Amino acid sequence: MSNPKDVVVIQGGRVIDPHGGVDGIRSVVLRDGKVAEVSERVEAPSGALVVDARGKWVTPGFVDLHVHLREPGQEYKESIATGTRAAVAGGFTSVCAMPNTVPANDNTSVTELMLARAASAGLARVYPVGAVTKGRKGEELAEYGELRAAGCVALSDDGSPVMSSGLMRRALEYSRAFGLPIAVHEEDLHLVGKGVMNEGATATRLGLKGVPAQAEDVMVLRDLSLLELTGGRLHLCHLSTAGSVRALREARRRGLPVTAEVTPHHLALTEEDVAASDYDPDFKMNPPLRTAEDAKALLEGLADGTIDAIATDHAPHSPEEKKLEFDAALNGVLGLETAFPVCLARVREGFLTEKRLVEALTVGPARCFGLPGGTLARGAPGDVAVLDPTASWVVDPMRGFSKSRNTPWKGRTLTGRCTHAFVGGRLVHETGDPR
Amino acid sequence: MIGRHRHLIGLEGLSREEILQVLDLATSMKEVLSRPVKKVPSLRGKNVVNLFFETSTRTRSSFEIAAKVLSADALNWTAAQSSTTKGETLLDTAKNLEAMRPDVLVVRHSASGAPNFLARHVGCSVVSAGDGAHEHPSQGLLDCFTLRERFGSLEGRTVAIVGDISHSRVARSDLHSLPKLGAKVRLCGPPTMIPLGVERLGATVHHDLRTAVEGVDAVVMLRIQHERIGDPLIPNTREYSKFWGLNAKKAAEWLEPGAVILHPGPINRGVELSSDVADGPRSVILDQVQNGVAVRMAILYLLAGGAGEDRPEKVSA
Amino acid sequence: MNAEAVERAVQRIAHEVLERARAQGSLEKLAFVGIRRGGVPLAERIRAEIGKVTGAPPPLGTLDIALYRDDLAQRGASPVVGPTDVRFPLEGRTIVLADDVLYTGRTIRAALDELVDFGRPRRVWLAVLVDRGGRELPISADFAGARLEVPEGDDVQVRWRENGAAEDSVVVREGRKP
Repeated sequence: MSNPKDVVVIQGGRVIDPHGGVDGIRSVVLRDGKVAEVSERVEAPSGALVVDARGKWVTPGFVDLHVHLREPGQEYKESIATGTRAAVAGGFTSVCAMPNTVPANDNTSVTELMLARAASAGLARVYPVGAVTKGRKGEELAEYGELRAAGCVALSDDGSPVMSSGLMRRALEYSRAFGLPIAVHEEDLHLVGKGVMNEGATATRLGLKGVPAQAEDVMVLRDLSLLELTGGRLHLCHLSTAGSVRALREARRRGLPVTAEVTPHHLALTEEDVAASDYDPDFKMNPPLRTAEDAKALLEGLADGTIDAIATDHAPHSPEEKKLEFDAALNGVLGLETAFPVCLARVREGFLTEKRLVEALTVGPARCFGLPGGTLARGAPGDVAVLDPTASWVVDPMRGFSKSRNTPWKGRTLTGRCTHAFVGGRLVHETGDPR
Repeated sequence: MIGRHRHLIGLEGLSREEILQVLDLATSMKEVLSRPVKKVPSLRGKNVVNLFFETSTRTRSSFEIAAKVLSADALNWTAAQSSTTKGETLLDTAKNLEAMRPDVLVVRHSASGAPNFLARHVGCSVVSAGDGAHEHPSQGLLDCFTLRERFGSLEGRTVAIVGDISHSRVARSDLHSLPKLGAKVRLCGPPTMIPLGVERLGATVHHDLRTAVEGVDAVVMLRIQHERIGDPLIPNTREYSKFWGLNAKKAAEWLEPGAVILHPGPINRGVELSSDVADGPRSVILDQVQNGVAVRMAILYLLAGGAGEDRPEKVSA
Repeated sequence: MNAEAVERAVQRIAHEVLERARAQGSLEKLAFVGIRRGGVPLAERIRAEIGKVTGAPPPLGTLDIALYRDDLAQRGASPVVGPTDVRFPLEGRTIVLADDVLYTGRTIRAALDELVDFGRPRRVWLAVLVDRGGRELPISADFAGARLEVPEGDDVQVRWRENGAAEDSVVVREGRKP
């Protein structure tokens, strides 16, 4: 018999659990850190924490396949504690931490440190992603077996592509021994050159060097082609082009073991927003914001299941790295606290269904890396997001939970907000929390 | 103020009327330059700071002379640009300059948008003296001025711009101004030097020099930067010169008798232009230099004159 | 003042200039400079009258004093600066500087500053159609077509045919009292 104090009852909300096929007014009971029951009528035991979710959505806690928590090594930008605080504020109860830390997460000691910091923060679950190559240098394979044993759930050199086709082939082959997906950041550095935004009429007008869509497309095509040779599991990070979506759709049709993610900003913003921002580096990221046609193709790919997951690519940077000329500023934007409302706006515009949105934030990503969570099935981890889809708020970077402020949504009014987040049955976020 | 603008960062946002305002004023300024005493007191007590992150003796001198003819105090600040800390330096420099209370900050920078960045962080008027491959508004205006002086009006005229359009801020400023005055613009260069989507700025694109200059009233020849060779935009200057350079023979055979040649300088003699053309009767290159001072006087006068009263609150981003 | 009165005033100024130049023996060295825009028609007309007598009208120049104003900070830059055109050497000349209305004297101060940048005249006389009083600088007219006492804030406007008026006139418009 469990202690009533360890019982949470989330009452009267609209439960959307695509994995379980649930969409209706239900109450969710969490007990002993796990989902105990989802039903139309439950009695809350006295002493239980009761959350009135009427008028709100209740979903599995969101799963983010792609965040940069910057620890170890760049704690001036973010730490595991602040990053996971931002995560739960955005409804994300599981985050996959990319290995471009300092030093890179290419060995078990870094992985263990990340897990220890995450445990002491006690907020979102952190799943480290190990490096594909030692030091992310694209030269030698990292120790995939060791990394998996230490807790890594995938491999990636994110931030950099694996430029050598030969090495990429070996990475895909070798990863099969440990069942780890390889998450690829696709850009051909020779085509990128010194480019800082999407190549095309807008870059030409702004006088900024362009990155053609083909810098991504050719690498996606290369890796899909290699996958036919090697087998293994390929995961395409932050797709940005219509060409990638086309290639991916074709590969999936042929049954290749490939999954993919897209960021909220690539679904919502275009190169025209870069122009409108007057060279604001908070609109500079890699891959760059593309055209309206690309954004539409990404939305279609997400809607029809070609793309599995929405991932934020949450990339905190300090003002010293962002308050600069566009050319000199670092790539990347925050994402965890704004992902839900930004994507919900695409639902209101008719590009996605509500169910598909929740799916792409929960079970979709969980499946990509084989993570627990993303579901409200009985016995699943008690990770839940309670969301108010009608709450409007103005994004004030100074009031966010991230250590950094580099968000393109600053000053904008967004609609939709996480009001409560539970991890393992524990309330880890409630709106109105003092910072 | 130039029309409703407190800064001159590019010509893209300027209307035809605003461009004409500067050109008309520049006509009066040019007269001042012909006087026995080439100095008027209009900007006495005003500070013009030339902040140059790229070396450019010509443009900097031109702004400096313009400021001095108007009796403004001109200070030249040539900042070293180290690749790792240049951004930090730019913001720091902006803050330092702010404390010196300049009325106009003239800035040249290798990064497109650097003047926009400065305009967001300083309280004075910002004039771009060229940023990356974005714009070089005073050069665009002096090209317009030179052509208008020569032809009376640009209505119905055609101008060919030849060279590395991709990296040219001059081409962009010309493209954002000449059509507003009624001229048509053709762009010409090897396909590797024509940026994607440039037709959308309102120009036709040619790869063959002969067809590009056929029937035009003026040709703007752009400087071929040596660092572009093997970028790899072109194999070498010899081949470039053969197909896209202009010499006396081509000029005589292909150009209309009244067509003039412009060049923003400095010229790579023997690459984009042969000496006989650069120094020949069609060349208005030295007129451009003199007109540059007059146009910059007009710019400084309008901006320094307007900044005194209604200086808006500092905008911080 | 109506057209007739303006015409009489111009005639009188021309006569006085002629007399004084003759008396000083500087008739040969006379030249006119009109301050844009209101002073230019006055300079032109006086010069024409003198030309009728001497047979050859003296040289004429124009000044636009926009770049010599001392109130840039108060008024902002003039969006239009008209042509300044002084093509004859000033050395040894007697210059008749002409303006339509003499008020604070600041315009004349600016015009004198600009004029001396073109050379060193032997002397400068000031001719105005209307002297309305209200001086803020120690400047006075050598020749004035009319002397009026106009309250500060009121506006004296000289309308010349050359500048687009149907006929010449001088009108006083009441302005906001300071």
